[in-house]
Amino acid sequence: MHLTTVWFVLIAVLWTGYFILDGFDFGVGMLLMVLGRDNTDRRLCINAIGPVWDGNEVWLLVAGGATFAAFPEWYASMFSGFYLALLLILVGLIVRAVAFEYRGKVDSDQWRARWDVAIGVSSFLPSFLWGVAFTNVVRGVPLNAAHHFTGNLLTLLNPLSLLGGIVTTVAFALHGAVFLALKTDGDLRHRARRLASQLAMVAVAGGGLYLVIVQAEHGRPAADVLAAGAALALVGAVFATLSGREGWAFLATAAALAFVVSTLFADLWPNVMPSSTSAADSLNVHNASSSPYTLGVMTWVAGFATPVVLVYQGFTYWVFRKRLTRADIPGDVRTGGVPTGGAPSGITVTSGS
Amino acid sequence: MNALDVARWQFAVTTVYHFIFVPLTIGLSLLVAGMQTAWVRTDKPIYLRMTKFWGKLFLINFAIGVATGIVQEFQFGMNWSSYSRFVGDIFGAPLAMEGLLAFFLESTFLGLWIFGWDKLPKRVHLATIWLASIGTMISAYFILAANSWMQHPVGYKIDHAKNRAELTSIWKLMTNSTALVTFPHVIFGAFITAGAFILGVSAWHISRKRDVELYRKSMRIALVTTFVAAIGVMVSGHIQGQVMTRQQPMKMAAAEALYHTEKPASFSLFTIGSLNGKKEIYSLRVPGVLSFLATGSFNGKVEGINEIQSDYAQMYGPGSYTPDIPVTYWTFRLMMGFGFLAAFLSIAGLWLSRKRRAPAGRWFVRAALWGISLPYLANTAGWLFTEMGRQPWTVFGLMQTKNAVSPTVGLASVITSFAVFTLLYGVLAFVNVRLILQTVRKGAPSEESLTPTDGVAPALAFSY
Repeated sequence: MHLTTVWFVLIAVLWTGYFILDGFDFGVGMLLMVLGRDNTDRRLCINAIGPVWDGNEVWLLVAGGATFAAFPEWYASMFSGFYLALLLILVGLIVRAVAFEYRGKVDSDQWRARWDVAIGVSSFLPSFLWGVAFTNVVRGVPLNAAHHFTGNLLTLLNPLSLLGGIVTTVAFALHGAVFLALKTDGDLRHRARRLASQLAMVAVAGGGLYLVIVQAEHGRPAADVLAAGAALALVGAVFATLSGREGWAFLATAAALAFVVSTLFADLWPNVMPSSTSAADSLNVHNASSSPYTLGVMTWVAGFATPVVLVYQGFTYWVFRKRLTRADIPGDVRTGGVPTGGAPSGITVTSGS
Repeated sequence: MNALDVARWQFAVTTVYHFIFVPLTIGLSLLVAGMQTAWVRTDKPIYLRMTKFWGKLFLINFAIGVATGIVQEFQFGMNWSSYSRFVGDIFGAPLAMEGLLAFFLESTFLGLWIFGWDKLPKRVHLATIWLASIGTMISAYFILAANSWMQHPVGYKIDHAKNRAELTSIWKLMTNSTALVTFPHVIFGAFITAGAFILGVSAWHISRKRDVELYRKSMRIALVTTFVAAIGVMVSGHIQGQVMTRQQPMKMAAAEALYHTEKPASFSLFTIGSLNGKKEIYSLRVPGVLSFLATGSFNGKVEGINEIQSDYAQMYGPGSYTPDIPVTYWTFRLMMGFGFLAAFLSIAGLWLSRKRRAPAGRWFVRAALWGISLPYLANTAGWLFTEMGRQPWTVFGLMQTKNAVSPTVGLASVITSFAVFTLLYGVLAFVNVRLILQTVRKGAPSEESLTPTDGVAPALAFSY
């Protein structure tokens, strides 16, 4: 297999990993105020993703870095072309990262409520915009002969891409609800399950419509089977959630996301960013790629590092495999400092300057 | 004002801001790992309390460092797409490796550390903070290797048909002499940052006679760290200066506003005169010191701006190859000046805290508190110096900054993103400082709060 193919596949894998892993984080974030009725519930939600969300987000950084290293032209055209959309995504990711960390650090209802809103909005923004961005990549965007994006923000906000945004939003919300049903217990688990079964039906309808249009207008027949796989996985998710098989439901939503990303990448190939203005100006794996030497080096590094990463990330999931319950969330223990204790013997406090 | 100017401002603001948090993360992670190691080995609760207290501050700082780091990776493509096209074959590799080999390590093991207190065996849990800390340093190496390639391109060839630089040796890229001298300089700087931070906070607590034993211990760790790191920064900086003089003589000439080649060249501690140093009214000079900084010998020859400029005009074609002299001149002095002050502070502190003394004198506490800012100022000045001093180049000798910007991103877009980031970062700075201050005031957790009560461990003590 040609190295450019390897890297096309690898980047598809990285995005798949990102959508599956950060997808449920986004979902949990969006549903925080929907499913979390009180502070304990919300802390339960956040702590369910707490140990893993940051590691999940690295999949994006690596997907971005890999695109830069393997297909610099693609990276340059996409990131400069989708400028304002990426700006909003970045704002979302920044706010979300600090929100998780800061929310619990001040004991005030108002403080927490603000960060709850921040978590919801900042989880929604990337969820929606990644759908918009990827649909646009598959649809094609105006690129000139120098591979510069010649459209504007409105070019990106076409009906199909907006539908794509809605689909990823719903899919991530579903994925997050299923994750919460799998990782929590008690009332929250049941509410998450109920919501998941409802979201699953919306996802089947919306995702089905989206994939049919994408395949009809921009797809290749060979990818139809992947699209069908996505639809089947979503239907499977509906049944699994309805019958309370949370583990299966999570696998099903993960598979659905994997199938959707695979469909889009299969439709793209061998392009990485087709030009909607002139097919000759399209970016493909050949004219966008790095030199064989760089691709070779990166293949070695990825081949060595990826299995190791998978092992230790897997280890994290295994360590935190237990369901969380409200009993696991301690009350707000005041861990104040030690009050004036003076100096233990043997220490001279020298004062006076 | 055009898109290029705004893009440069945005890069400066977002990068300087990001690098406020990075050094403390690097330094503090290792010190916290050390404290936890002391706890695991001795089982003394005081080390656990230290780990928890400094660890909490580390995490607050880490969160914002991570958040602002994402922008860095995206920004190259967004604002500097021509740069990305030209260097992607080379520059993308260390960035991708940083993600694969460092970011995954840091984030995953930090997640395990934060949440794994009562889930992992003691020693495995200890290993997680060490791995996270090692991750921060690997990360630093890769990004410095990438930056060093911009300062001193090695292991590449130019593909004229594709109009880009291509990697020919990953080994040369990773062992670039510039990277090898920059890495220790940055890492030692990070330890001064962490040292001064712990020193300031500890001094404040000691002056309030709170938890004196814990803060005295912390202070000693901080003082030794700062002192050793300060020596490391000076030594590595000195070697770095000589490497830089060979690779980018213009940067060293600009650092002194030295217009004419001199042998030996004196170093001015400060100058009163015109900003670009062309007219000098008064300057306090130390003979031979610039020669020493640039060449390692007090009698070495240091080339002047005018001579280098005319050489470069011949090599690269007509144009100005001189960086902004006042900025380069002053950031160089500020970097060293603030660094020396931090070193003096650590020496004073080591003396005052000798033989288990806990210094609480008003002047020392005040100096230690202000001292927290010294490494930050030095770090910032250092980066401004090395990046501004490279101008007009983005990649030295290969690509100028004015040709690196995204050609199709309009002024309005860049202004929007610059405004959004500046505003957002401003708000985050406010929240972050507030949280740090609050956590500092609260002090280290009591021993009781860390020991199991009623048979129930204080589960998820670190959790969200």
